[in-house]
Amino acid sequence: MDLNYSVEEQAFRAEVQEFLAQKLPKEMSDAMRLGHDLGKEGHEKWHAILNEQGWLAPNWPQEFGGCEWNAVQRHIFEEECCRANAPRIVPFGLAMLAPVLQKFGSKAQQDHYLPRILSGEDWWCQGYSEPGAGSDLASLKTRAVREGDHYVVNGQKTWTTLGQYANWIFCLVRTDPDAKQQAGISFLLIDMNTPGIEVRPIILLDGTHEVNEVWFTDVKVPVENLVGEENKGWTYAKYLLTHERTNIAGVGFSSAGLEAVKRMARSQMHRGRPLIENPHFAARAARAEIDLMAMSTTNLRIISRAASGQAPGVESSMLKVKGTEIRQEINDLARRAAGAYAMPFVSEALEGGNEPDMGPEGSAAAAPQYFNNRKLSIFGGSNEVQKNIIAKVKLGGGA
Amino acid sequence: MNFDLTDERQMLQDSLRRFLRDNQDGLRASTRLGDTENTLGFDAGIWGKLAELGVIGALFSEEDGGFAGAGFDLTTVFEELGRAGAVEPLLDTAILGGGLIAALGNETQKELVEQVIGGELHLALAHGEPNSRYDLAQVETTAQVDGDDIVLTGRKAVVINAEAADYLVVSARESGAASDEDGISLFLVPRDSAGLSLRGYALLAGGRAAEVDLDGLRLSADARLGAAGSAYAALKRATNRAEVALAAETLGAMEAATELTREYLLTRQQFGRPIGTFQALQHRMATLLIELEQARSAVINAAGHLDGSAAEQALQISAARNLIGRAGRLVAEESIQLHGGIAMTEEYELAHIAKRIVMADHRFGDTDTQLERFIDQSAA
Ligand SMILES: Cc1cc2nc3c(=O)[nH]c(=O)nc-3n(C[C@H](O)[C@H](O)[C@H](O)COP(=O)(O)OP(=O)(O)OC[C@H]3O[C@@H](n4cnc5c(N)ncnc54)[C@H](O)[C@@H]3O)c2cc1C
Ligand SMILES: Cc1cc2nc3c(=O)[nH]c(=O)nc-3n(C[C@H](O)[C@H](O)[C@H](O)COP(=O)(O)OP(=O)(O)OC[C@H]3O[C@@H](n4cnc5c(N)ncnc54)[C@H](O)[C@@H]3O)c2cc1C
Repeated sequence: MDLNYSVEEQAFRAEVQEFLAQKLPKEMSDAMRLGHDLGKEGHEKWHAILNEQGWLAPNWPQEFGGCEWNAVQRHIFEEECCRANAPRIVPFGLAMLAPVLQKFGSKAQQDHYLPRILSGEDWWCQGYSEPGAGSDLASLKTRAVREGDHYVVNGQKTWTTLGQYANWIFCLVRTDPDAKQQAGISFLLIDMNTPGIEVRPIILLDGTHEVNEVWFTDVKVPVENLVGEENKGWTYAKYLLTHERTNIAGVGFSSAGLEAVKRMARSQMHRGRPLIENPHFAARAARAEIDLMAMSTTNLRIISRAASGQAPGVESSMLKVKGTEIRQEINDLARRAAGAYAMPFVSEALEGGNEPDMGPEGSAAAAPQYFNNRKLSIFGGSNEVQKNIIAKVKLGGGA
Repeated sequence: MNFDLTDERQMLQDSLRRFLRDNQDGLRASTRLGDTENTLGFDAGIWGKLAELGVIGALFSEEDGGFAGAGFDLTTVFEELGRAGAVEPLLDTAILGGGLIAALGNETQKELVEQVIGGELHLALAHGEPNSRYDLAQVETTAQVDGDDIVLTGRKAVVINAEAADYLVVSARESGAASDEDGISLFLVPRDSAGLSLRGYALLAGGRAAEVDLDGLRLSADARLGAAGSAYAALKRATNRAEVALAAETLGAMEAATELTREYLLTRQQFGRPIGTFQALQHRMATLLIELEQARSAVINAAGHLDGSAAEQALQISAARNLIGRAGRLVAEESIQLHGGIAMTEEYELAHIAKRIVMADHRFGDTDTQLERFIDQSAA
C-alpha cells in the first residue's frame, strides 16, 4: 500500500496547476466559484484554451489527437480543474460520442467528426431519453424507417441537455419494431439543422434552461450517419454509458463545494460566533468531509485498478450513488449556510452578469444549485437503478 | 381528546380549499420564475377574494376585529395555503404586520388592522438584517430621537412583501447592545417615505422580497408602535404565531407533494408496469406517509400550545419546526427523486411545492437552529 502519488504523478499535477494558473481566465473561475452560468461563449472559450494546450481529450488515444492519459492522470487533471474552479467540459461530443466513433465508427466518420469535436465546430447533444423511456431506455419509440439512401425519423426525445446550443445530436432510434426491445435499436447521428427538427426548451425548477425536448417530423437522415450496424445500437449505447459513468464520483466538485461552504460559513455569524464554529453546522460539515475523504480513496482504488487495465464493475455504480449523495449533502449545507439569503432568486446574478449576490458570496446560487443538483441522483441511470445493478450482481437475478 | 376540527374551522377549511382549487391558475401565475412583470408577487384579485371569504379575519381575534385567531385557526388556513402552493403574503400582512399593530398599536394605529382584514392594506415586517441570521434580538438599525422626530438608519434584509406593502413595520434599536432584547422598538413606516429605498427581487419559491435601506429616514414620534425599546416580547409573540402558521403551511405542502407522488407511482409505467410496483419505491412511499403523520402531530402540538407559557411555546414550536424541517426535506427530495426528471421541471406543480417546503426552512430559524433552541429549552 502506498497512499502517495508517484514522483511522475506529482510532476504532472504541478504541470496542470501551472497551466491553470496561467491560462484559466479569472472571470471564468469567478463565475464558476459563485455558481453563475458561463453561457455558450464561456464554454467555447474554455474548450478552445484546452484545445490549444492539447489537453481537450484526456481519454482519447493519441492517434485521434487525444492525450491518452491513464486514469490517475485524468483524475489529477479533473481534481485540479475543480480546485481552480475551471469550467466543466461539456461531455457529449468529447467523452461520450467520441469513444463510440473510435471503436465502432467507420473510417469516414472518424475522419469527419473527431477533428470537428476537437475544434469545437460541432456541439453534440445526447438523444437517448423519451417521455415514455427513462430508466427503461430500451422501450424507446422514436422510429427510423429506411427509404433508399435515407432514414426517415419520427418521434420525440426529451431531457436533451444543452440541445439549444447543439448542431448535432446522437440518437437511439427504433429500426426494427418487431424485434425484442433491445434488439431493434440503432445509433444515428443527426444534423440538428435538418428540416423537421424542432427544439423546445424545458425550464427547470431553478429557472435554468438546461434541457430541451427535441421533436422529429419526417426527418431525412443519410444512411452514412448510421454508426456500426443497423439494430446493434444498444451495444454502442451501453459502451457509451461506461464512458458516461467516468468521473461519476465527482470528488473534485465535492471538494470545491465543501471549500465554498466553509468559506461562506466563516463569513456568517450565528449566535455571536462564526457559523463554522457552530456545533450543529460543524458536525454536519465534518460528516460530509469524512465521507468525502473515504470516497476519494474509494475512487482512487477503482481508478488505479482501471489504470492497470481492469474494467470497473459494480464499483462505478457504488461511486455514482455515494458520490451523488455526498454532493447533494454539500449543496444542502451551502443552502443552509446562506441563511435567509438563500431565498432570493436574482436571475441577473445567476446568468453571469456582474450583479453581486444579495447576501454573502455564493449565496445567490446556493439554493438554485441545491435544487438543480437533485438531477444528479436521477440522470445517468438513477440511484435506484444503480442499486438494482449492485444488488443484481451481488445477489443474483432476483433483484 | 378530540382531534376533529370544530364546525366553524371545518367550514373555513372547505371553502378555502374549494376557492384555492378553483383559482389554481391565478395562484400559479405568481410563482413563475423569470416573470418580471409581476412586481406585486401575488394576484391582487385573489387577495381581495380571500378577504371576502373571511380568511384574513380568521387570523385575528374578536378583540382585534377578526372572528377567530387561535392556533388551530392559523393552522387551518395555512395548511390549505400550503396545499395549494399559494404564495399570497398572509403571513406577512396579517400575522406579522397586522399582528404587531394589533398587539402594540394605539387606537389610531389599530384602524389599520381593520383595513388589513378588509383586504385593502398590505404590510411587511422589516426586521431581519444582513448580520442577524435567525437571531430575533439582533438589531443594528438605529432609531435616534431628534426633537419631535425619530431618525432611522440601517439596512433590512429579505423583507418579504416589502414592495406591495403600504406600510413597513420596521424594527430599530433605541438603546442597548446589538443583540440585546431590550431597546428594540417598532415603527410604522409608509413605504413611500423619503429616506427609504427598496431593492426588490423575486424569491426562488415564489413571491417577492426586497433589501430595504433606511438612510436617515425621518418619522414623527407617533409612528412608534408601543413604548420605546420594549417591542421584543411582541415580536417574539408574532413570530411564534408566524412559525406555527409556517409549519402548517409546510405540512400542507408536504401533503400535496406526497399525494402527487402517490398518484405518479400508480400511473408512471417503466419496464411494463407502474413504478409503484417496485418495492424499492413502495417502502420509500411508506416512509413518507409515516413522516407525514409525525409532521401533522408536531403541528398540532405547536398550535395547541400557542397560548401556553413562553417556555412551553418555545419548546413546542422548536420541536415542530425541527421535525418539519427534517421531514419536509425528506418529503421534498424523495418526491422529486421518485418522480424522476419530470419533477425537476418548473412547469410541473411538484417543483413549486418542493421549493415551498425546502425554502420555508430559511425563515425564523432553520432545522439546526430550531434544534439548538429546543436543547436550550429542554435543558433549562
Ligand atoms: C437535468 C437532466 C438532464 C438530462 N440530460 C439528458 C440528456 O442529455 N440526454 C438524455 O438522453 N437523457 C437525459 N436525461 C434523462 C435521464 O437520463 C432520465 O431522467 C433518467 O433516465 C430517469 O428517467 P425518468 O426521468 O423518466 O424517470 P423514471 O424512469 O420514470 O423513474 C422514476 C422513478 O422510478 C425509479 N425507478 C424506475 N425504474 C425502477 C426500477 N426498476 N426499480 C426501482 N426504481 C425504479 C427511478 O429511480 C425514479 O426514482 C436528463 C435528465 C435530467 C433530469
Ligand atoms: C426477541 C424476539 C421475540 C419473539 N417473540 C415471539 C413470540 O413470542 N411468539 C412468536 O410466535 N414469535 C416471536 N418472535 C418471532 C417474530 O415474530 C419473527 O422473528 C418475525 O415474524 C420475523 O420472522 P423471521 O425472524 O423468520 O424473519 P424473516 O421473516 O425470515 O425475515 C427476514 C428479513 O426479511 C424481511 N422480509 C421478509 N418478508 C419480506 C417481504 N415480503 N418484503 C420485504 N422484506 C421482507 C424481514 O423484514 C426481515 O428483515 C420473536 C422474535 C424475536 C426476535
